Amino acid sequence: MIPASRRSSWMLYAASLVALLLSAVPLPHVLDVLRPDFLLLIVVWFAVMLPRAGGLLYAWTAGLALDAFRGVVLGENALAFVVVAYLAHRFYLRVRSFPLAHQSLVVLSLLFTYQFVLFWVDGVTGHPLTDWARWLPVATGALLWPVLTGLLGRLTSRA
Amino acid sequence: MPVLREPGARYAPPRVSTLGLQALLLIAVSIGVMVVDHRQHELTVIRATLSAAAWPLQMLVHSPGAAWDWLAASFATRSHLLSENEALRAAAREDDLRLLRLEAIQQENLRLRALLNAAPRDAEKAQVASVLRVDLDPLRHRVLVDRGSRDGVTRGQPVIDGTGIFGQISNVGPMAAEVILLSDPTHAVPVQIERNGLRTIAVGTGDARRLSLPYLPRNADVKVDDLLVSSGLGGVFPAGFPVGRVVEVKRDPGQPLATVTAEPAAMLDRDREVLLLWVRPPVTLPAAEPPPPAARQSDTPRSKAASR
Repeated sequence: MIPASRRSSWMLYAASLVALLLSAVPLPHVLDVLRPDFLLLIVVWFAVMLPRAGGLLYAWTAGLALDAFRGVVLGENALAFVVVAYLAHRFYLRVRSFPLAHQSLVVLSLLFTYQFVLFWVDGVTGHPLTDWARWLPVATGALLWPVLTGLLGRLTSRA
Repeated sequence: MPVLREPGARYAPPRVSTLGLQALLLIAVSIGVMVVDHRQHELTVIRATLSAAAWPLQMLVHSPGAAWDWLAASFATRSHLLSENEALRAAAREDDLRLLRLEAIQQENLRLRALLNAAPRDAEKAQVASVLRVDLDPLRHRVLVDRGSRDGVTRGQPVIDGTGIFGQISNVGPMAAEVILLSDPTHAVPVQIERNGLRTIAVGTGDARRLSLPYLPRNADVKVDDLLVSSGLGGVFPAGFPVGRVVEVKRDPGQPLATVTAEPAAMLDRDREVLLLWVRPPVTLPAAEPPPPAARQSDTPRSKAASR
């Protein structure tokens, strides 16, 4: 009956939870530096592919959860998530019609926006981090996009 | 309602406009939250609640590693355990010996301090905490430990391990607390060189095996292998705990400052267990206004004499 939308909401929550856990799983330093921003990728994917599953409020909550998880200034990730989710929601129809490689480039720019907002907030709050390695997750996240699309697309379309 | 031409068009205009409004609103809320949290530190209740909510998830992340440790420990071979036991026993014997000597020195120190009318050393209490297997941020050196405000942990409390200073508590939740390590790029600790009492500041570099001493003039008396101990000046770390050892001194004639790097004494990237210290704040010092400068200067020779 209704399930289609409710199911996608459940998928969204489950995927977010897994992403939150993945963002904190202990890894060796080399991999840790490369770790993509899983939770943000989930937020972007749902904003683009199933925009009605979760709105901006969901993105904000997810960001706040990440803040609480990481112990950074409350609201830092929340702000960055809202900015990215807004862009993703705004252009979801366009992004959706792009070929996969092209989509990855869009995701690259979204992830870059995210890191830039974090970078800016870090600077304003007096914890600047100028290591170039902080931009690595942008690249790995964009590379992960096709995999994520394949995986989540399969999971959500199986009805 | 205007004439509807396509099914998609019916829903696009209002959606876009409220989307922008929503975004603006949420951005404003986020900035508000950040300002209040960063400037006033008034969100302690909310922070504590969120941290308590995050705790089960953090435990979930932590548990596979912990379970693996437990498995490895339960399947350790007998010979391995025996040899480990042997080594620990030898270490304990040595420590006993050192402790005996320390006791005598402490008594002597107390007497001398009484003679000099100096304030007694800060009383200390320690509690063991485990470092959770949770990665917070790869570029910031922070770890979670399994003690929180429940156990009386407070912000700014020093954390040490068996070999030296580890870091300080930067955030406290009910069940867990966040420790900022010495090597975090935004952390600095006031130190002095044990050999001559020269005071400076050791700053984290973002590399767990490196600290930097950026404020030493080119002609400063610092050598490779000098031991750095905490000077106790910042009011966070008690004086006299090992911080690190100088591994490199570069003096460039064109630069006013020497480039000095040190290796932290604590195993910052390897420790699974650390000690939280409760240090009584030195409230007795401000009462006697004149002594501090003199007391500080005479601090070094005295502690050196005591350690001999």
